[in-house]
Amino acid sequence: MLLNQFLLLGAFLFATGIYGVLSRKNSVLVLMSIELMLAAVNLNLVAFSAYLSNVAGQTFALFVLTIAAAEVGVGLAIVLLIYRNLRSADLDEVDVLKG
Amino acid sequence: MIAQNVAFGILAAAMVLAALGVVRTDNVVHAALYLVVVLAGGAGQFILLGAEFVAWVQVLVYIGAVIVLFLFGVMLTRAPMRATEDLGNDLRWPAAVSGLFLAGVLGALFVEEFEDVEIVLDEPTANSLISDSVFRNYIIPFEVVGVLLLAALIGAIVLARKD
Repeated sequence: MLLNQFLLLGAFLFATGIYGVLSRKNSVLVLMSIELMLAAVNLNLVAFSAYLSNVAGQTFALFVLTIAAAEVGVGLAIVLLIYRNLRSADLDEVDVLKG
Repeated sequence: MIAQNVAFGILAAAMVLAALGVVRTDNVVHAALYLVVVLAGGAGQFILLGAEFVAWVQVLVYIGAVIVLFLFGVMLTRAPMRATEDLGNDLRWPAAVSGLFLAGVLGALFVEEFEDVEIVLDEPTANSLISDSVFRNYIIPFEVVGVLLLAALIGAIVLARKD
């Protein structure tokens, strides 16, 4: 197996996540796109861990997984709060601070 | 080696199509289910790379818990369960340009730097090596992440509580 095939797949997933974050209005879908980007990062970490025969990459992948779980928990709580205050989960509605 | 490359190809094709599904579908529930395919494919890639422990943690934490949280989020915010046009904003083309630009830059960099670099796997990573790494070299980050999870748990409860 080439190292590049995993890196290119990860790059594609990351770019797709960027597209999703920028082009989606629904906040739950934006969070899902962020998960896509974190999955791409994990793929890179594990690929380099296998290439360098160093287990530190897999350890960091585990840490990224943990952070992602915490992020989704807090993120969905914030989304719920936005929905409760604005009766909508669309991020375009959150413009109170706009000049 | 050939079997591994074929498995990689199948998983990668499924992941690419499902990732495009996550960002392009007009149904929120379908997006969550496409995300399951991407993450399961990622777990398959981890197994190909010999990282079995990370693969199963990905299945348990991501597919088992995070996706369920997303579906709760979809239901609690009364997102439309049917297909709807109202999920995207008017930044579709700028977003596509940024995504393509990023993919191009990263792809060119990887092809330039890591062309023909082979991954040579002797055997899957033993779980004991990972536990050694976590509890010997990275014990302080491990504890910090534990405290962070507790803080996130309390923060989420405080934020989402009604009153």
